[in-house]
Amino acid sequence: MRSSHASRLTAPPRAVRHLTAVLTLLALVPAAARAELQIEITSGVRDPVPIAVAPFASAAADDKGVDVAEVVQHDLEGSGRFRAVPRERMPATPTRAEQVDALSWKGVGSDYLVVGRVTTLDGGNLAVDFDLMNVLTGERLARQRFVGAPGAVRNAAHRVSDVVYQKILGIRGAFATRIAYVAVDAEATAKHYQLFVADSDGVNAHLILESRFPIMSPAWSPDGQWLAYVSFESKHSAVYVQLVRSGERRQVSARAGINAAPAWSPDGHKLALTLGGSGGNPDIYVLDLTSQELARITDDPAIDTEPDWAPDGRSLYFTSDRAGSPQIYQIALQPGAHPKRITFGANYNARPRVSPDGSQLAMVTFVNGDYRIALQDLSSGAVRVLSHGRLDESPSFAPNGATLIYSEREGERGVLATVSTDGLTGLRLKPAAGEAQEPAWGPFGP
Amino acid sequence: MVQQRSVRRVMGVLWMAAVLGLSSCASKPEKPAPEPAPPPAANAGAAGAGASSLGATTAATATEQEVAGPQAGLLVQRLVYFDFDNSEIKGEGITVVAAHGKYLAANHDTRVRLEGHTDERGSREYNIGLGERRAQAVRRALLLQGAADSQISTVSYGEERPAMPGHDEEAWAKNRRVEIVYLAGAPAPPKP
Repeated sequence: MRSSHASRLTAPPRAVRHLTAVLTLLALVPAAARAELQIEITSGVRDPVPIAVAPFASAAADDKGVDVAEVVQHDLEGSGRFRAVPRERMPATPTRAEQVDALSWKGVGSDYLVVGRVTTLDGGNLAVDFDLMNVLTGERLARQRFVGAPGAVRNAAHRVSDVVYQKILGIRGAFATRIAYVAVDAEATAKHYQLFVADSDGVNAHLILESRFPIMSPAWSPDGQWLAYVSFESKHSAVYVQLVRSGERRQVSARAGINAAPAWSPDGHKLALTLGGSGGNPDIYVLDLTSQELARITDDPAIDTEPDWAPDGRSLYFTSDRAGSPQIYQIALQPGAHPKRITFGANYNARPRVSPDGSQLAMVTFVNGDYRIALQDLSSGAVRVLSHGRLDESPSFAPNGATLIYSEREGERGVLATVSTDGLTGLRLKPAAGEAQEPAWGPFGP
Repeated sequence: MVQQRSVRRVMGVLWMAAVLGLSSCASKPEKPAPEPAPPPAANAGAAGAGASSLGATTAATATEQEVAGPQAGLLVQRLVYFDFDNSEIKGEGITVVAAHGKYLAANHDTRVRLEGHTDERGSREYNIGLGERRAQAVRRALLLQGAADSQISTVSYGEERPAMPGHDEEAWAKNRRVEIVYLAGAPAPPKP
């Protein structure tokens, strides 16, 4: 397969330069099918937007059999905010806006229609073209082309979903993004830990690391190229950073005691970490990846851990039990700064994650005997509990800030789940076998 | 626009590679220059050839050798249990830890690794802190009996390695523990 990166460095024909969002999906070979996650929609809005996604014409022999319309439909329905018109009820199969008879689509109860086609370009790349129509007005809302290598057709389909979602709902879609998660063999003896990266819909899972010892806390670099994580492969904890594309990795911290909870700074130059030292007292540090300089941020006999950066890079949120029970604090990254307590409501608030716009804090909170995912408004202090499980943990924001992914227990096993920040929509992502935990939602692609 | 973005991204890759090259440099002084960035095109292209090994790393196996250790009396007991969100050694744990402490004090060429664990409740990284706190409580108790610091190492697995599957109080009570693991070889040199 030809790389899309090469084509990105050459000038596209002038006419298509501004229409073309070039694909950069990595053509990674999926791991065993059992690693893939199956989606089950658990909740949606009461009045989903009716939309028809007509089958895309494919003149491309090498599209890897990807049904673009099916991927788009799956994305939109999975969001809980759309209801798709079944193919058998479609009055026609147009592939461009000019062929659409709007009235006939209104007749099947659809407000919107997506039509498109996949074609082969000179040089072997594929183009995915689509039009989004408002059937009620006959207006064309979007026309766009995505170009990439044949292996990137699925990613192109997710990008179509992103545009449709934004044009209709006014929020940037996060379908063309990836998630990292840890899979664990269900058997209690001889556990087996695997770190995977998959598309946001759980497809294209590929293996990043496997070990007989725990793998924890995957964290994406802001450019989506790297994962930081904790591995116990040497029977002590160590933090690594690994290039997702090639598997090349470096150990960045294997100091005495705990090495834990890596979090990339918004500029990608630093990692916040938890280090325990030989005395076993976990505190927050910031490691400069260029200079290797290590700055101590907290110094308290309590457990200080789970740092996350404010989007402006000027402060860290973290968990500490300095007041007796775990609570979330914020500390400015200035010499002599003192932590400010942020959470007060429950007697257990941990694992802070700040929304991309810095206005909300997601966390694990203890309510009525259960651990749940909650969202605190950072200006008003108001807290809303979003999840409904017993042992929900590890919340991570989608890059559009509209959805959280987290882990929960379904019966005896761990699965992944999402919930929109308005609490209205959700789905489950379940591995075919074993458990999935510690999801981390990657950034937007370039 | 597309081009500007892509150039910026490639610069980002180069920058990161330089950073990581330098970081490897810090631990391996024989490597004076940052490693060149892998060309993104070549890497993405190679993906098509696509072994499943692409991007996947198999973690190296740990090297420290575990041994059976002493078997007399209380010393066969290697587990110390704790209450929820608590790191105080209680009940039988006190006598078990004291026996191991005395054994270590009398056998200076013996080493142990204390593995701290929690139950599955609460957040994972906080539980790493809690497991470490339990391991440190056992370490201090061993030192009080005359064991040397160089004989003891600690690791916390938090909730990651439960001894008992299940999601009820019975399983949780078995999982809130410190495991005393005897190791082969001489004590580590004193820490600087």
